[in-house]
Amino acid sequence: MADSPILEVNGLITEFDTDEGVVRAVDGVSFTVDPGKTVGIVGESGCGKSVTALSIMRLLPQPMGQVVGGAISLKGQDLATLSFEEMEKIRGNHIGMVFQEPMTALNPVHTIGRQLTEGLKIHKGLSGQEAIIEAVKILEKVGIPSPEIRLGEYPHQLSGGMRQRVVIAIALACGPALLIADEPTTALDVTIQAQILELIKELQAELGMSVILITHDLGVIAETCDEVVVMYAGKVAERGTVFDIFDRPAHPYTQGLLRSIPTLETTPKSTLNVIEGMVPGLRDLPKGCRFENRCPKATDLCRETPPTEELIEGMHRVSCYQWQST
Amino acid sequence: MTPLLQVDDLCMHFPVKEGLFLRSHKANRAVDGVSLHINPGETLGLVGESGCGKSTLGRCLVRLYEPSAGTIRFAGQDITHLKPRALRPLRQNIQMIFQDPMESLNARHTVGEILEEPMIIQGLGGSSVERKQRVRELLNIVGLPARSVSRYPFEFSGGQRQRIGIARAIALNPQLIVCDEPVSALDVSIQSQILNLLVDLQREFNLAYLFIAHDLAVVKHVSDRVAIMYLGRIVETADSETLYRNASHPYTKSLISAIPVPDPHRDHQRQILTGDVPSPIAPPSGCHFHPRCPVAEPRCSERYPATRIVGEGHESACHLSPEN
Repeated sequence: MADSPILEVNGLITEFDTDEGVVRAVDGVSFTVDPGKTVGIVGESGCGKSVTALSIMRLLPQPMGQVVGGAISLKGQDLATLSFEEMEKIRGNHIGMVFQEPMTALNPVHTIGRQLTEGLKIHKGLSGQEAIIEAVKILEKVGIPSPEIRLGEYPHQLSGGMRQRVVIAIALACGPALLIADEPTTALDVTIQAQILELIKELQAELGMSVILITHDLGVIAETCDEVVVMYAGKVAERGTVFDIFDRPAHPYTQGLLRSIPTLETTPKSTLNVIEGMVPGLRDLPKGCRFENRCPKATDLCRETPPTEELIEGMHRVSCYQWQST
Repeated sequence: MTPLLQVDDLCMHFPVKEGLFLRSHKANRAVDGVSLHINPGETLGLVGESGCGKSTLGRCLVRLYEPSAGTIRFAGQDITHLKPRALRPLRQNIQMIFQDPMESLNARHTVGEILEEPMIIQGLGGSSVERKQRVRELLNIVGLPARSVSRYPFEFSGGQRQRIGIARAIALNPQLIVCDEPVSALDVSIQSQILNLLVDLQREFNLAYLFIAHDLAVVKHVSDRVAIMYLGRIVETADSETLYRNASHPYTKSLISAIPVPDPHRDHQRQILTGDVPSPIAPPSGCHFHPRCPVAEPRCSERYPATRIVGEGHESACHLSPEN
């Protein structure tokens, strides 16, 4: 079937064993990624969006982080049952990952060339010379001028935007079916951010891969994503197409977020809508809905029993008892 | 109206030490001939990309740095080269809010001690009892519970810590606050709370702000006028609406066009700048922006354009901006 998803995440639960007890960072997260689509995961710090990505990649800090429930399947293959070695093949070949801070994602003591050819030699079985030819092609593709010279340089010799291009080149080297980009432009300036987002879009169209884009920036989501997953305190609050989320937000958290961001259209110095209070700590979560203590629509039911996900229409799903109340 | 702050041709050049004897042959021209003014009760937004010198400029204005050239006048008084002792009374009137409240608050002091300290240093605020009363009043103004007095900064969330930083900045009833990226480190839902607080405080106490940030939408929201900085120089200044609706400088236009808009229906035709921001140690000849400028002409690489008036209160440093 042409439309079967590349990635299916079902009821994912990830826990961290900390000094002060077990903390559940991701609690029952489900979503799918279809071929060629971009899915955005949006949420504030600590909502579990990065932990979700690390769980998919099986890159959780060990031994503290563990996936304790749910299933992750890539093209129908259950990732949880794979051995460490098999998972390594998946990471290089089938899923590429781009992190927020390119300087920490790159090894400072190895040349760009060495870091870029490593994956090609291991996963594609290319010889040294073949790998170099391929690396030059990839660097050209991500828009790095004079790639032959860059291959011999070290990460510190490049600017932030160029470094992020190298990280993208490494992630794409083996032609993965899925790219996971965790805040890929947060550390970059706005003009450089525009370049990198455009590059990801172009490469996606060219290579036909799927993308998971993790960000806190709703503007980036609106401009790049087909579908959106809104996370709050470890759970999915709402998910749907980008139009569902921006035109018909159903969860009070999504509604509050969209109203609270200043845009170029808002009247200067007008009072912005705010979501009162702050995100609860993962150690003292509310008993019912996790947004209950900040929600203008909360009732006794919300305070007592966590809501389950309901289907609104099409792909639009929400975890809220009050989504039909205005 | 006499401006509260008047800055003329301000330069801040840092020597770049290199070579065997660390002799300085070059300079990092972080701020390179900036002129601006801020009126009482007004917000001037200062926008630019990392390394453009906006934070250095802010730090010069509060005299954390001594400028290399140019003048800074505060309420008519030349403060450019005041010595530390002479600066002390000035600190009462010019305060600063930093990006990272965790780094700018002393982790070993309670919130009460942090807020009381400026009053003790300035010898203001009366007796110890009166000062403690003022601390409670400040906490109330910024929306923190009174019991915060005996707590330490680490016990607070990022948004609450920024409220502590704001309370400290307004403790002495200053006239000008330099806000250096005050909401960049905060989550979206908290950011709007802090922006509302800053706007409310300005109305209540007639504060003037220099609001430094890289987020144009945020800056537009809080500012009366906005100055755009590129590689140590101000390239365009205008009132907020004019700047966003009718920008004149090509750099401003591309900055505005690069902002992602939270509206999936908008078919955003971007004008994407190529290349990176050059180094302020060796800025390009002529107009600093010409290597990235989509409309550059030969003269742009030859000489730096003079700042010209393109409309009321609207200035642009571009050879191609039509003169009014």
